[in-house]
Amino acid sequence: MIRDITIGQYYPTDSVIHRLDPRVKLASTMLFLISLFLTESIVGYVFAGAALLAVIRISRIPFKYIVRGLKAVVILLFISVSFNLFLTPGEEIFRLGFLKVTREGLRTALYMAVRLIYLIIGSSLMTLTTTPNQLTDGLEKSLGFLNKVHVPVHEIAMMMSIALRFIPILIEETDKIMKAQMARGADFDTGNLMQRARAMVPILVPLFISAFRRAADLAQAMEARCYHGGAGRTKLKPLRYERRDYIAYLLVALYLVVMVVTRWL
Amino acid sequence: MKIIDAVHVFFDYMRKDENDKIEEISPALSDMNLEIEKGSFVCVLGHNGSGKSTFAKMVNGLLLPREGSVYVADMDTADDELLIKIRETAGMVFQNPDNQIIGNIVEEDVAFGPENIGVPTAEIRDRVDEALEAVNMTKYKDRSPGKLSGGQKQRVAIAGVMAMKPECIILDEPTAMLDPKGRKDVIRTVRELNKRDGITIVLITHYMEEAVDADRVVVMDGGRVVMDGTPREIFSRVEELKALRLDVPQITELAYELRKAGMPVPCGILRKEELEEVIMELLFEGDKGSCDSTDTDGTEPDLGTDGTEPDLGTDRPEQDLDTDREDKSEGACQ
Ligand SMILES: Nc1ncnc2c1ncn2[C@@H]1O[C@H](COP(=O)(O)OP(=O)(O)OP(=O)(O)O)[C@@H](O)[C@H]1O
Ligand SMILES: [Mg+2]
Repeated sequence: MIRDITIGQYYPTDSVIHRLDPRVKLASTMLFLISLFLTESIVGYVFAGAALLAVIRISRIPFKYIVRGLKAVVILLFISVSFNLFLTPGEEIFRLGFLKVTREGLRTALYMAVRLIYLIIGSSLMTLTTTPNQLTDGLEKSLGFLNKVHVPVHEIAMMMSIALRFIPILIEETDKIMKAQMARGADFDTGNLMQRARAMVPILVPLFISAFRRAADLAQAMEARCYHGGAGRTKLKPLRYERRDYIAYLLVALYLVVMVVTRWL
Repeated sequence: MKIIDAVHVFFDYMRKDENDKIEEISPALSDMNLEIEKGSFVCVLGHNGSGKSTFAKMVNGLLLPREGSVYVADMDTADDELLIKIRETAGMVFQNPDNQIIGNIVEEDVAFGPENIGVPTAEIRDRVDEALEAVNMTKYKDRSPGKLSGGQKQRVAIAGVMAMKPECIILDEPTAMLDPKGRKDVIRTVRELNKRDGITIVLITHYMEEAVDADRVVVMDGGRVVMDGTPREIFSRVEELKALRLDVPQITELAYELRKAGMPVPCGILRKEELEEVIMELLFEGDKGSCDSTDTDGTEPDLGTDGTEPDLGTDRPEQDLDTDREDKSEGACQ
């Protein structure tokens, strides 16, 4: 299951979406997420879903690949949906023992589920089509103004990029350590919550040690390659807006207008 | 002209407690002296803890000597102002490929170095393409490094260094985590860079086979250079190497054992072909010898009617030699 996380992974194909300026994708994703909370109507969600589907199609990423990413967050989804389902007061439809399901609860739970799914697909779509380097370049450039108030934008961007690069490596390592501990008789699947939590300790300790060692190695490798912060750095692929980027902004603006309008439908 | 010059270098690793008091000192280099000629291919050997990695980090200015100096192309690594220039001149490749690839796409990783030193965009593009071509990884330029094999990752790391247009590359056990195929690819790449582009190569390794084709082999022990010479010279001194807990290439070992057993095999055989040639020569002689001294079944093995094993004539004369020439064996080569 842990390998199924697609958020933060890059899916290399060539598509217009891949080639868009990362700033466009960042802004669009933000706006998309906000738009999900603008609307309250079915029409709005259907429209947002259609827009999302269209982008997935254009991005040439297999739909299955994206859906697989959802599996990793199924529990989160389940919890938030059940909270909304059972804890929203209102007109009762039916009850299961002490749990009662209300019309409002059903509605919010459904909306919540849709929002979360859209949200996850939307943001993973961004990382799937944008290399972490581009992503951090985009962040660095769009947030560059924060430098003036002494926020180390470049450093934060660099840290994010590296964190993203090491996610798959650490996941693989977790897998390996788990198997090694299982071979020694460790049991991760039975027992109560406490016991299970305790069973994780022999995984976390070696994982942390190895992560620290990797960090030290990486720092050294970066230094050896003349890294000395953001000052005076140039780029292989500097960010420059093209025509397609302006078109994308326009389309996103149109999308937003429609979403706002659906509020009153 | 020398590209690397270490002069009386001392270095200790120190562990300090919270109050900056020294808890433990482990000396890593003590009076290390080494000059490396521009354009040469030098292999550094030495058992675990002999100070090889420490030396490598000195050349790159990642560590600074406690005493003595290290010069890279006449630049003192202790000079802060020159540090970037030094790292540009002498690039470094580490053991673990996963922990030295920074970019999330092969070509972005290769570009990391040039980006850091402020090379203009158009030139970065050229350098990246050239570097990937030099290590034969052009067709992987858009891949994610995580999906490459170990040997390919190491070649990407080498490309990352090449993109800085270095004069010298130090490789610290670049093949230690690779399978035989990856190992061969990496070594071939490094050798090509040396021959074709004249890049000085300092290869630290535990695989003796990789040292065979070097111009020069340097053996370290206890933080200093203890042996220095051509591969043939060094690997002739089998006893000395063993005392330093080092092996020799398998073929050299075989030749050494054969000589110890009494065969007149010369010292410092490095390649399979050489040993083959020597054995063939001996065989030829040995055949004649057996002709003169014993009955004919040695020369015409296919007869095999008189009850003796019909040897194929390859191992049989060797046995003859083994016994015949024991007294003539030469002393140790050292
Ligand atoms: N980070 C460190 N902290 C403390 N001591 C260290 C550190 N790194 C190395 N040493 C010590 O310094 C000495 C030289 O180590 P170095 O890593 O240079 O050896 P090496 O020849 O590269 O060995 P190997 O073949 O295992 O890579 C060893 O005694 C080692 O224990
Ligand atoms: Mg080492």
